[in-house]
Order: sequence, then structure tokens, then C-alpha cells
Amino acid sequence: MTEQQGFPLPSQIADVPGAENWRSMYQYFTRFQPDDDQRFWFYNSMHFPEPVPAFDTVTSEIPYQAIGANTARLFVFPTTLGIEHRIVNGRVYITANPVLDPAEIGRRAEVFGPRAGYYYEHWDSLYEGWKERMRGLIAEIEAVEVPPLSEWENDDVVFESRGVAQNHYLVENFNKSLALYSKMWHHHTEMLMLGYGAYVVFFQFCTQAFPEISDQTVARMVAGIDVIMYRPDDELRRLAQLAVDLGVDDLFVEGNVAADVLAALETRGEAGAKWLEAFDKARDPWFHVSSGDGFYHHHLSWNDDLTVPFTALPGYVASARAGKMPVRPTEQLIAERERIATGYRDLLTSDDERAAFDQMLGLCRLVFPFVEDHKFYCEHWFTTRFFQKIKEFGALLARFGVIAEADDVFHLHHTEIDAALSDVALAWAAGSPPLGGAHFPPIIAERKRMIKVLRDWSAPPALGPVPEALNDPAVRMLWGVTQERIEAWLNPSEDEVVGVAASAGVVEGIARVLQDVAEIGDLREGEILVCPVTAPSWAPVFAKIKAAVSDIGGSMSHAAIVAREYGMPAVVGTGDATKRIRTGDRIRVDGDRGTVRVLS
Amino acid sequence: MSGSLVVSLADASSAAEVGGKGASLGDLARIGVRVPPGFVVTAGAFAESMAAIDGGGTFRAAIEALPAGDLALIGRTAADFRSRVVSAPLPPAVAAAIEAGYAELGGPAADVAVRSSATVEDSAEASFAGLQDTYLGVCGASSVLDHVRRCWASLYNDESVAYRRRLGMPETGVAMAVVVQRMVRPRAAGVMFTRSPVTGDRSVVAIEGTWGLGSALVSGDVTPDSFVISKITGEITGRRVSPKARLHSLTPNGPGVTVTDTPADLREAPCLTDDEIRALADAGRRVEAHQGAPQDIEWAILEEDASPDPAASAAPDPAASPDPAASPDPAASPDPPASPASPDPAASAAKRIVLLQSRPETVWAARAATPVAAPKPHAADHVLGLFGKPL
Repeated sequence: MTEQQGFPLPSQIADVPGAENWRSMYQYFTRFQPDDDQRFWFYNSMHFPEPVPAFDTVTSEIPYQAIGANTARLFVFPTTLGIEHRIVNGRVYITANPVLDPAEIGRRAEVFGPRAGYYYEHWDSLYEGWKERMRGLIAEIEAVEVPPLSEWENDDVVFESRGVAQNHYLVENFNKSLALYSKMWHHHTEMLMLGYGAYVVFFQFCTQAFPEISDQTVARMVAGIDVIMYRPDDELRRLAQLAVDLGVDDLFVEGNVAADVLAALETRGEAGAKWLEAFDKARDPWFHVSSGDGFYHHHLSWNDDLTVPFTALPGYVASARAGKMPVRPTEQLIAERERIATGYRDLLTSDDERAAFDQMLGLCRLVFPFVEDHKFYCEHWFTTRFFQKIKEFGALLARFGVIAEADDVFHLHHTEIDAALSDVALAWAAGSPPLGGAHFPPIIAERKRMIKVLRDWSAPPALGPVPEALNDPAVRMLWGVTQERIEAWLNPSEDEVVGVAASAGVVEGIARVLQDVAEIGDLREGEILVCPVTAPSWAPVFAKIKAAVSDIGGSMSHAAIVAREYGMPAVVGTGDATKRIRTGDRIRVDGDRGTVRVLS
Repeated sequence: MSGSLVVSLADASSAAEVGGKGASLGDLARIGVRVPPGFVVTAGAFAESMAAIDGGGTFRAAIEALPAGDLALIGRTAADFRSRVVSAPLPPAVAAAIEAGYAELGGPAADVAVRSSATVEDSAEASFAGLQDTYLGVCGASSVLDHVRRCWASLYNDESVAYRRRLGMPETGVAMAVVVQRMVRPRAAGVMFTRSPVTGDRSVVAIEGTWGLGSALVSGDVTPDSFVISKITGEITGRRVSPKARLHSLTPNGPGVTVTDTPADLREAPCLTDDEIRALADAGRRVEAHQGAPQDIEWAILEEDASPDPAASAAPDPAASPDPAASPDPAASPDPPASPASPDPAASAAKRIVLLQSRPETVWAARAATPVAAPKPHAADHVLGLFGKPL
């Protein structure tokens, strides 16, 4: 590959005009270093599709601490250390740190074998314990108190001789929130990397035995049916049915606002009370589902913003009234999964191969529930609670005039918030106003402006010299970065959006670009959804659309799995479909090849 | 061997009598795959005709005595014998049997294909003999007789004779059957492999096709459209539509094949619909399952409004036994073209498929398969193996 065909070097990336001061948002240890020009980096558009606000860097800083610790030091994966990340112009680039020395690999393998073996062997019971610990962490983050900093301490602080004033807890509890978030991530990776390991070996086996098998077909053999991510949508359907059964369905009309519907239900006597009781039950935990995938503070849960569930409810209510509630064809899906697995198994040429196939597929199905469901506990439930807790600290800072409004807190790095809270703690103690009110607002204003400017920057998909071989199975599995993908990045097609072929079939139709799930009210029956990423909270959308296209995601992503269940074509992980396609465009989605073409 | 001079395709089964091609067509007909109706001029008819041309076997003994290295002498001797084979009158019984068989295919001016069907097991020999041995659009009884003799003569191609001499094969064991089949007038035709010719993947069917007769593709006159479809999921995973500049079709009211420019609106249009691709793959899989090995198949697909007659065979309707494995997911196919005449395009496609030939795939079959993986004491050991190696 010649020089000019490659990707730019990190050192060649120019500042975006109008956002030259972007470095002020990010820590020194996230900057590209001169030596980084020697290495291949790719833009982690899957997790960070937009510029990262200063606080949200916590979603790279902490996960990469946890992932690296897990692979490099906890399980001691023989061939891989951790993942390094850098931020430039607001975008997160990553590279994997491989172990190449065979002697070192051998030394690590001796430690890795028994450790990983222990987890696989006890997978189910370990997962049960994991869920308990995760629920514990969620309870803890919800219980973290943001001190009210009332005028005087309550009597009990004195009469129970506690002696420690509220301002102490301001900083302690903020840091406790961060510590809990960090623990959550350590648990997140605790079983996940091994889970992906099981996927990777099975994918490799399948592509060797059947060189033309698609990732989505392998995924279909693995996919579990009874996974948590369908629960939020199932709960909505149940609530819709209940509204009809109780005779309060007239309240669920398209365009109605959640608060008004809830208020109206209060006036509907026993029926209304019954529905509200069921609603409250469903909300905890199932409405803790995030509208995104938990890497930005603005990925809110249904509980944080009831718009999504209440936009979906009228459609489901209409279906329930007509007696046509869509039901997941679970048995059919299980039969289909078995038919595909048996079909490939039968094509293998020896009993040995079939036995190995059974072992690997069995291992995948063992780890699948964790791999799928951990997202609900971690990225959805815990993370949406965590961001709301940080917002509470933001509300306190706003109350003391350090920032203009609670959400501004997300434009400060956590070390800056720590400083601002110290400022407030001092001021409250001294009886004077904090000094941050003169310090932070202009900084925040500049950062908000820069984030907007950076949004339009077309981040190169990769930086640095193209590696001769990119065989890292984890990178392929997690990010879909393959040699072919790199080729496609280097030779972008003018009129075709290329992504991962996630669900088969070809359809043409009108595009509806939704940046946020809250906009689902705009969606018309039979349109093709084009969105940044989908998460379980998007599930109601799939009942209406005939194909799905996303910027982010791989063959095991939410959009991919749901689209396959609905039997509709899907192309995911396109990187920039939401930028290149506009609402109203007539497009052709080819879920077999992973391409989207704008026709008119 | 029964000693028949001619057998109908439906009865063709012994390769020694009807050749490999004849036997495989007979097989196809018997498992319910539609093949164009036809008959086989047997190895017995060949032997009888040879007896008339070379009664004492003198010529063939001379051929057998040729030194393997003297290609010039082989060339002269073989050419001389070929001219005898194509010009000598046929024994009356052989000619009568062929004429009677031809008459049953649709009257005195029916278009037929005349194809050699080698009786030898050796595939290399078969492919030499088969180099120029398919004649399309043959019309009229006397022309059929001529082309049968040309097929026989192809056994004495220079390359064929030289090959037999190199291997020291006896000339007395050499025989050739000839298949005579009613021509189809396909909308599209081509080849398919029930395993990927590129990667050897056994889970896919690879299809190549072009508009009109498949000769355009076989002769290399066009770059065909190519499609890959999964046997397991029915998904079309590969789709490359090529500009198909030339079109082969039967010469109207006359013998032979006419080559024209493809009409502009068809050139860059795919020659198969998704339903047709699936129906073809389905037919291919049935043959593969019956033969117990991946197949290399020549196919044709008839016009939507074609009467079933041109390709009628005694076979049951293939669409009557749909394979659930290949049944297409309705949501996975593109917006169906408006065709009110055919309420079920998938069934219609299945009915219009005709197979012209099927033989075992040889390239990948000849390669030693290395097992991808073997079982290990614990399932987790597979993961340890993966991460224990340098990436």
C-alpha cells in the first residue's frame, strides 16, 4: 500500500476551525503522542458516534481501565494487553495492544488457562452472583445522597455526635458515585471478554468450515430467545392490553403527552388506579432502558423521559383493541435457530468436526444470556441512574450559581466537578458565595459551542499506517474492523452507504432519519428507519418499519437481532448513514450485502 | 446391456450403454427434475456403426499402434479416421431407430440438441471428447444423423487419441453414446455449482446465468450474472449483475444458433429474479442430495408464459414437493414485481426450471479436506487455544 492511499497520521489531524481549544475539554493522557504516528488507530464510532462532552469522557476513561485490567492483568489473556484510547477533535480513537513475543504468550497462557477455565466451568452460577452484585451496585448508586447544604445541620448530627458536616459528603459522595461507576465497569468486563471469546472461536470455526457464511447467520445460531432486552417492549404491549381490558384505552391517543395521560388516569377510579399500579410495577426495572447505549449523558431512560413509551402506547392500544397484538413467535424462532444450526452441522464432513461444532456452539449459548443481558444491567439501568445522580450534583452547583443549569455539569470533566464541589463546600462553610460562578460559565459556554462545531467534523475512520494483517478476533467481533472494512474505508463509495449486513433481504422505501428515539412520533408506517444506534427502548419502532439502517452496531447489535426476528432487512454500523441519507429519500436497503443506496 | 440402439431418457441408466451424460439425465428425470424430452443413441448403436465402417477393426488397430510421441502421425491418422466416421452411411437399423426417436420429439422440423455422452469413466478423456461435442438447434432427421456421427468422430480428436496413446489405452474399449434432446427456448440459462467454485463452501449454491441460451456463457461470449445463495437460510448472499452484451438464441425457422446484440434494456438487468434463484438452488440441492455429492449443473429457465410442453418430461411436478429449508422468507424478498397473472411467483419459477446436465463437481472434491477443528476435553479449551496463539 502506497503512502497516499493510507489514512492520515494522528499528527496530521488539524484542529477544527472554531474549536481550536478542544484540548481544554480532555485530560492530558488522552492526547496523541508523537510515537502514536507509528501505530494503527481506528475511530470507535460504535460507542462514540458524536463529539464527547467533557464529563462524558468518563465513559471511555473508566471502561478502558476496566477492560484492560480484565484482559491484561486479571485473566491474563495470552495475546492481548489492554486497549489504548486517544481523543482528537472530540472523537475517541483506539488501538489494541497485542502481545507478540511467543515466550511471553506462553508464560501468560499458563495463567490464563485455569483462570478462564474456572469461569466457563461455573458460568451460570457465577452469572447469578454477578446479577446480585450488579443489583447491589444499582441500589448503591440510587442511594447516594447529594447533600442539600441546608442552612444549618440537623439536630441529629449534633445529638448523635456524628460531628461531620454535609459539605464533607459533597465531595465524598460525588467521588463515591464515580467509584461505583468504575466498579460497575469492572463487573461489566468481568465476564464479557470471556463471553466474546466464546463467540470469536465459533465465528472462526464457522468461517473456516463455510468460508461464505455471513456473520448474521452465525449470530442466528447463537442468539437466545428469552433475553431481557425484549422485556421493556413486552411490558408496553401488556400495558396496552391492560388499558383495553380495563376500559381506559380511550386515553391513549397519538400526540398525547405522558403527564396528561397519567393525570387523566387518576380521575378514572378503580380502573385507572389498577392501570397506574401495573404501570409503576413495570417501570421498575423495565423502564430503566436507555434510549441510547449508555455512553452519553443524554441517553435517557424511559423513566427519565416517558415520551418514548407514551408515543408507542397508542399504536399498541389500537392493536390490542383490534385483537391483533403483535406477539413474538418464540417457538418459531427457536425452531428456526435449530434448523439453521442443524443444517450447517449436517454439512460438516466428519464426526470430529461435528463434535467440535457442538462444543463451540454450546459454549456460545452458555455465555449468550450474559452477553446480551449485561447491557440492561450496566449500560441501561446502572448508567442511566448514574447520569441522573451526576445531574443532581449539577443541580446543586446550579443552585449555588457555579453553573447556569444542572445539565451544564456534563461539560466539566469529573476532576473539574470535584474542584467546583470543593469550591461550594468551602463557600458554604465560610458563608460566602463560591468563586466558580465567575470561573466556569464562560468555559462551559465555549465548550458547548465547540461540541456543536465538532459535530460537523468528518472524523477519518482510521489513522496511522495500515497494518499488514489485522487478525485480532476481538477487534473484528466487537468493532467489525476487518481487512475488508479497512479497504472500504480507503475506497469509499460515492453513492452507496456500506455497513454490516445484519439481517437479510432487499427492500426499497422512504427513509426516516431519527436522531433520537423521542422522535418516533414522526415515523410513518412502512418507512425505513435510519438512526445513529438502536437500543431496546427502540423496540416499538420495529413494529412500524420495513427495514433498519444504523450508524453504529455489528451483527450481534440490538438492531441486528431485532431486525432478524422481524424478518426485515437491516444494515448496521454504516458510520454515517444518518449524515448521508435524508428523511424522504427513496433508498434501497440490501441486507444481504450490507449496502444502502440512495435512489432519489 | 440390452442391445437397444436407442433408449428414451427416462429409461437411460447404464453409463456403459448411454454414457455419463445420458445416465445423469435419466437420473434427473427419475428423481422428478424436469429435463427436455429426448433419447440416447446407445453405445450399442455406436458399436454397430463402427462395425460397418471398420469391420475387421483394422483402422482402430492402426490407431492403437501409433507411437505416443509422434503427434504429426497421430494427427494425420486421426483426421483420416474422423472423415470416415462422419461420411460413412449408417447401418439402416441404426438410422431408422434414430429417425423414429427424432420423430417423437415434435415432428420433422423439431429443433434438437445433439450431445456426445462418453462411456468412459476417465473424466480427462471425457473432457477431450467433449470439447466440441454439443450441437444446438439441429433440425431435420438427416441433420440429426450427421450430428450423431460428428459426435462419434469427436472420440478421434487429435488430443483424445494422443491422450489414449500416452496412457496405452486399448481402442477397443472406446465407445460413445449420443444424447438427442428437444431444444428449449429459455428466457435465461447458465450453470450452477452446489458448492462454491471459489471457496469450496458446501453451504452455498453458486449460479451463473445470462439471457437466452447458455451457450453464450459456456463459450465465454458474455460475462454472466452471478449469484450466491445459502442452502441453509435461502438468503442471496452474492449478487453481481454484469453487462451481457451478446445474446444466443435459436435461429428462427432454421438450424443453429443466432448471436445478436442483447437489447439495451436487458443488458444490465439481472437475468434471474430472486424467486428463480431460489427455485434453481432448490432444484440443485435435490440433485445433490440424490447423487450424494456436490454437482455441476447446466440449467435453463423458460419464459413465464411458456407452455409446459417444450420441456415436458414424465417427471412429477417439482413444485409439488417444496423444500421448507429453501422456502423464501416473504419479508426478505424485494417488492415483488407486479405480475397479476402469477399469484405465486415462487411456484411459477419452480415450474419453469429445466436442467440440461448434471455431473459431480470435481475441483474441490479432488482436494484433501483438512478438518477445521477436532473436539477437545473441555469446550472452553477451544477459547484457550484461540487466545493462546499469536494473533
